[in-house]
Amino acid sequence: MTVARFWRDIPSRYNLYGSRCSGCGKVYFPMRHICPECRRSSIGKMQRHRLSGKGRVHSFSVVHDAPPQLAALKPYAVAIVEMDEGVKVTGQLVDVDIEEIDIGMGVEAVLRKIGDEGPGGIIHYGFKFSPRFD
Amino acid sequence: MREVAVIGTGVTQFGELWDHSFRQVGIQAGLEAVYDANLSGSEIDAMYIGNMSSGRFIDQHHIGALIADYSGMASHNVPSTRIEAAGASGSLAFRQGVMAVASGMHDVVVVGGAEKMTDVSDDASNFILNSAADQQWESMMGATFASLHAMIAKRYIHEGYATREQIAQVAVKSHLHGALNPKAQFQRQIKLETVLRSPMVAEPLTMFDCSPISDGAAAVVLCPLDKAHEYTDKPVKVLGTGQASDTLALYQRPDICSFGATKVASRMAYDIAGVGPEDIDLVEVHDDYTISELLALEDMGFFPRGEAGRAVESGETEIGGRLPVNTSGGLKARGNPIGATGVAQIVELVTQLRGDADKRQVKGAKTGMAQSIGGTGSTAVITIMGVA
Amino acid sequence: MDVGIVSYGAYVPRYRITPMEIGRVWGQDGKAMSKGLYINSKSVPSPDEDVVTISAQAARGMMRRVQVDPADIGALYVGSESHPYAVKPTGTIVAEAIEASPELCVADLEFACKAGTAGMQMVMGMVGSGMIRYGVAIGADTSQGAPGDALEYSASAGGAAFLIGREDIIARFNGTLSYTTDTPDFWRREGQPYPSHGGRFTGEPAYFKHVGEAARRMMERMGTSPGDYNHIVLHQPNGKFPQRMASMLGFSDEQVSRGLLTPMVGNTYSGAVPLGLAAVLDVAKPGDRILAVAYGSGAGSDAFDITVTDAIKGFDRGAAPTIDAMMENTRELDYATYAKYRGKILMKG
Repeated sequence: MTVARFWRDIPSRYNLYGSRCSGCGKVYFPMRHICPECRRSSIGKMQRHRLSGKGRVHSFSVVHDAPPQLAALKPYAVAIVEMDEGVKVTGQLVDVDIEEIDIGMGVEAVLRKIGDEGPGGIIHYGFKFSPRFD
Repeated sequence: MREVAVIGTGVTQFGELWDHSFRQVGIQAGLEAVYDANLSGSEIDAMYIGNMSSGRFIDQHHIGALIADYSGMASHNVPSTRIEAAGASGSLAFRQGVMAVASGMHDVVVVGGAEKMTDVSDDASNFILNSAADQQWESMMGATFASLHAMIAKRYIHEGYATREQIAQVAVKSHLHGALNPKAQFQRQIKLETVLRSPMVAEPLTMFDCSPISDGAAAVVLCPLDKAHEYTDKPVKVLGTGQASDTLALYQRPDICSFGATKVASRMAYDIAGVGPEDIDLVEVHDDYTISELLALEDMGFFPRGEAGRAVESGETEIGGRLPVNTSGGLKARGNPIGATGVAQIVELVTQLRGDADKRQVKGAKTGMAQSIGGTGSTAVITIMGVA
Repeated sequence: MDVGIVSYGAYVPRYRITPMEIGRVWGQDGKAMSKGLYINSKSVPSPDEDVVTISAQAARGMMRRVQVDPADIGALYVGSESHPYAVKPTGTIVAEAIEASPELCVADLEFACKAGTAGMQMVMGMVGSGMIRYGVAIGADTSQGAPGDALEYSASAGGAAFLIGREDIIARFNGTLSYTTDTPDFWRREGQPYPSHGGRFTGEPAYFKHVGEAARRMMERMGTSPGDYNHIVLHQPNGKFPQRMASMLGFSDEQVSRGLLTPMVGNTYSGAVPLGLAAVLDVAKPGDRILAVAYGSGAGSDAFDITVTDAIKGFDRGAAPTIDAMMENTRELDYATYAKYRGKILMKG
């Protein structure tokens, strides 16, 4: 991946910026230019919207057959998280014992390394989820 | 719109075809289909090729021209188009071919599907398959393609729609059927324990819940129904097709235990065909993972939600049961060379409806249906076929 | 107007390894090592953690505890000797993570274990001069000791972030000074994965001389004596050095204990004094006075005389994890997993 391709998404990767339709109020992640509900009437009315980072596990899996880049983390958990804003997001679960993970568990976004482009390449940082602190 | 028939089929052995290149595999299926349709070759008006990722599997794009060339069609300058929709590439190529004939644009059309997956490492292959999901917001976040289906399975079990054992039973059934298909990658029956105890891929799914990495190709020849008897005694009619899209990423869906695109495309195909689920004698579904088969059977209207697992467990979906599912062995046992898969489903339906399926023949089969999926339900293609 | 700490946040990774486990692998007496160093366990970062993520989590905790607009942050410095990039700042990533970008000054600092406190001094100057309204100073490290080396028993990971300003300060800086000489007790050349050290030379002429001088001079300048302080936070490469140093300076064990984390987390290098200070602020009451002295090899010490203000009563400590919370819910690793996590196993390229 070229540097620019990742760089462009930094607001969403670090701080979960999505979009909110100022017509119907629905929140999306990642950003969208058009609200699938309002379509034409939403053009030009999609606002940048930062998610709180807090949500609940909607479903999850523990990955055993993982890409080589994630070998050191194996087995790791990946989840679909339903954010407090209603929108869902996919990310890894960290700082939790695999056997403690369950559907409905409260989580919050934390910043972690999500990958890199080899030992001499750029490091990609982005959100993962850890058990909710508060 | 003209009615369309399949007049010839061809399918290669599926599996690890170490001594076959992409072009060899692709051509083999195509020539078999052309031979089966009793064509000389000069009748062919157009070709549609389903292929997911030759660019990354063998560093070769421009598959349309390649297949046209090596099948001897380049000298006739036959138009050839490559179609891509991840796992639904082959079925979508078929649908494009059907539309081309139905519209009157072309008369004789060859539809092929091919994938050569074993020329890259398993890691590379998995990386390519992950790109059927949302690369930026799923794959890059650490979600493998298997883990996305595992999350569906986890939620499906959580909702009480099926037990882990019922999901695993899909693979047992697929292998039971695959054992009857001489072209299948796996022709060996397995036990439920084999599925449950095989190495974990993404919890709860094990290696035996996942379709394999395969090489292979399949092809069919289409022509207007009213001309079909010029080529074959046993044409099979395309009764209806449907296609639908959904969000690229699984997480964007309100309900991950159902593929909305399958529902919409099924309804479309049922309406065009003028039939309903009760009229279907056999069905080929996209069991890239065991869980996918249960979703398919419910979304296509064969079973109410939460009933498919029980039906599989009770043997209702076996050959001889109420609704035989994946008589070919499915993606799980027949193999899943991505671009070929959707076309291979059509080949299986045609074989069954012609009564040529030998040991796996569904007796008295008149109407068959195929469901093909790209990504995690992001593209669904449905085909309903019947004896002409 | 007084310059002080407006907020702070800390982060220590969840994983731990014990000296006993390290000694078991290298044929050394881990128990004796543990006793000699007064280190019972050390923190280990997960493979997906580094100085950027530790700094970002500490800084986010810091921001959660106050209602400060990140756009009002005019400077952010990250002090570390394990910045993930040799060239490319850690600070820009952290600034983006707390949305302080783009109108601010950012730089990465390195001065062995005292780069974080060096950043605090720089921000104090900028805030005090009126150049900026708020500034952030972070000390964080994911230090490595060579396998089997004495350093491997202590080198760990963690960090803390401080928001420094003039408004609503929870702790006031009464003064700061540094004591610096050219003393090569510990170093790492460019491109080398592990640092080298002068063995026993790191003690008397290095740590004790610099920390001691900085502390004495600070008290002399402030006209204070050990009895005036509720807490002393010293650089803590192991558990023993700060205890001995404090006692040499005339401080009691009680004054040392709250800010002494190394026995639980090991040597967090640039994170050590910032984390110790955070642990003290977690429990501090209005009027508490703190002497903090950092040490960086090579060598220098930064001393700070700090008084906790009444504003700490209204400060929302609970909005982010406390140091005590980070000492609970930990997971102990075996050496093999630790070696995997720290990239000590040769992998296929």
